[in-house]
Amino acid sequence: MTTEGDLLHTVTSERISALRRRAGRSLVWVTGLGFLAIALWQGLYSFQKVGWGFDTWRPVLFAYLVWATALCAAQVIVRGEAGKRTLFILPAVLFVVSLVVFPLLFGLYISFTDWNLASQDGMKPNGLDNLRQMWNDTFFWNALKNMIYYVLAVLVEYAIAFGLAVLLNAQIRGRKFFRVAFLLPLMLSPVAVSWMIGKSMMEIRFGPLARLARELGWDRPSFFGTPEMARFTIMAMDAWTFIPFMMIMLLAGLQALPKEVIEASKVDGATPWQSFREVIFPLMLPVSVTAIVIRIIFKLKLADIIINVTSGGPGGATDSVTSFIFREYRDRSNVGYGTLLAMVYLVLIVIFITLLLKFASRFLERPQ
Amino acid sequence: MTDTARIFRDSAADRAHRAKWWTSRIAIYGVLILWAFICLFPIYWTVTTSFKLAPDVMKGNMVPWWDYTPRWKGWQSLGLSPDAIFQTSTVREEFLKRFLNSLVTSVTSSGLAVALGSLAAYGLSRFSYRFGFMKNSDISFFFLSQMILPPVVLALPFLVLYKSLALLDTRVGLILLYTLMVLPIVIWIMRDQFAGIPVELEEAALVDGLGIWGAFFQIVLPIALPGMVAAFILSLVLTWNEYFFAALLTSTDAKTLPVMVASQTGSQGINWWSMAALSSAAILPLVLVAVFLEKYIIKGMAAGAVK
Repeated sequence: MTTEGDLLHTVTSERISALRRRAGRSLVWVTGLGFLAIALWQGLYSFQKVGWGFDTWRPVLFAYLVWATALCAAQVIVRGEAGKRTLFILPAVLFVVSLVVFPLLFGLYISFTDWNLASQDGMKPNGLDNLRQMWNDTFFWNALKNMIYYVLAVLVEYAIAFGLAVLLNAQIRGRKFFRVAFLLPLMLSPVAVSWMIGKSMMEIRFGPLARLARELGWDRPSFFGTPEMARFTIMAMDAWTFIPFMMIMLLAGLQALPKEVIEASKVDGATPWQSFREVIFPLMLPVSVTAIVIRIIFKLKLADIIINVTSGGPGGATDSVTSFIFREYRDRSNVGYGTLLAMVYLVLIVIFITLLLKFASRFLERPQ
Repeated sequence: MTDTARIFRDSAADRAHRAKWWTSRIAIYGVLILWAFICLFPIYWTVTTSFKLAPDVMKGNMVPWWDYTPRWKGWQSLGLSPDAIFQTSTVREEFLKRFLNSLVTSVTSSGLAVALGSLAAYGLSRFSYRFGFMKNSDISFFFLSQMILPPVVLALPFLVLYKSLALLDTRVGLILLYTLMVLPIVIWIMRDQFAGIPVELEEAALVDGLGIWGAFFQIVLPIALPGMVAAFILSLVLTWNEYFFAALLTSTDAKTLPVMVASQTGSQGINWWSMAALSSAAILPLVLVAVFLEKYIIKGMAAGAVK
């Protein structure tokens, strides 16, 4: 996708005077030092080493913003045309770096401390105690195990989404209506879905789904009674919201297929099933893999529905890692331990996704 | 004779063929309608329930005017029914405040993400960069890899950081996080869009005396606008529905609509009509977006899938 080397060549004959260059550099240095000075002063103030300072750290933030702006401006002042090119990506890079890298490092520090927001003590580094606690925390491992089930459910969602995409791609009337109707669940907020389906339609006494279940001969429908049932219900609700996502991607893939190949397979006497299995499905592999990988990435963040419908119950059977850590934060204010779990989860995700992409690239690079 | 008699296509072979055609049609439409029903029924149920009274819910009445009379009770409890709309209502104040918070944070962060993301995606698709060891493909990967980052990893450092920056429970704080959250998706979509625009257009503009930024704003942006709208709407959907950060980082002032919906489920038990009205109001804006701007949403999601 990306090409090395400029696609768009620019030739300029500009000369940047030494004075201008020096002015640009000094702009960055002055604002940068100003930012560091303010940060240092505020740091000293917060440790009560100096007598006066700001109430909050916000002025430090402003100083940082001034420095970032100066850095962007200096690109053009110092490097002219080349700087103008850098200016395209520099704001985004600065934004992401300052909002991700710094908090991540900070989080790494927190995760090795014993810190409970409810207690007065503040944070105390406690070495590897949190890791030891994690090792013995059956609920965390249980949540990880649940994540495996949840991720595996993606394959079922994929099968349904593929079927729907094929149907939508067929010669049908009212395609626009069906497309909008199928898309709608994706638009709904998971929190609203938790209430609409989880709490009201599945309400044991009057919910329409419970009524339907009773009509179908299930005496005492209970959608969250047993661990397996509860997990399945959560999966179904999540699938309901996200099947449209995969469906649209697969539909786009189907519409981009070369028509001649499918026609040719028909001329050669393939039945619809054969032409699907031998022609359409292999051609769709790259799109399928992309859709599945992205869906898995979204799935790994699954939490909203669980937090609002079951809060992990019964007995942690529906907990995802995210919802488990959320409760660790909010109910127990156990900040240090929760952050360690999050960090461990991040490492696991990175390993898992890297392996997944390695595995998937085999399918992605197939000749189309 | 045998050939000219084939006006009527009702020989045994034809009929078999037509029967097969009909069964396949019925099967296709059957499945489509069934799934459309599955997709639409929860929405229908929520909207109709907001007009029901408690006995209607308990009896399981479904069709308005047929087996129950619609009442404004649910909307009244939100202060949004016709008779309550002109009276002062604290619930309505509360609701409108949350609605406005959601609107401001989602629109601003989506706009910011589209602006930053488009610039970055354009730069990456046209020029080659080198930051230390990072080349273009590495920078792209750096941006896209943010998609993997689970929100839970950032939540707590941000909680502490925002506390010391006095950004806790402010819209600005949420906007920054939401922008970060959707930026990789925007870059993903926009990179695809810009790659589809021929470089010759900008070369012509450069020959005619525009700078690279001039060419970007005057030539490329108007062409890429549909893609940007798609990215914007997709971001809007994600940020409007965001719950996790909002639940942790806001308490009174900047609370968004999903947090309000979630807190109501806990506190009021099954106060069905008002919950239904609240849920309907929360999902309504995006349902309208889906109905009228469906084209862009599909375009946005299709962008990365097909290369």
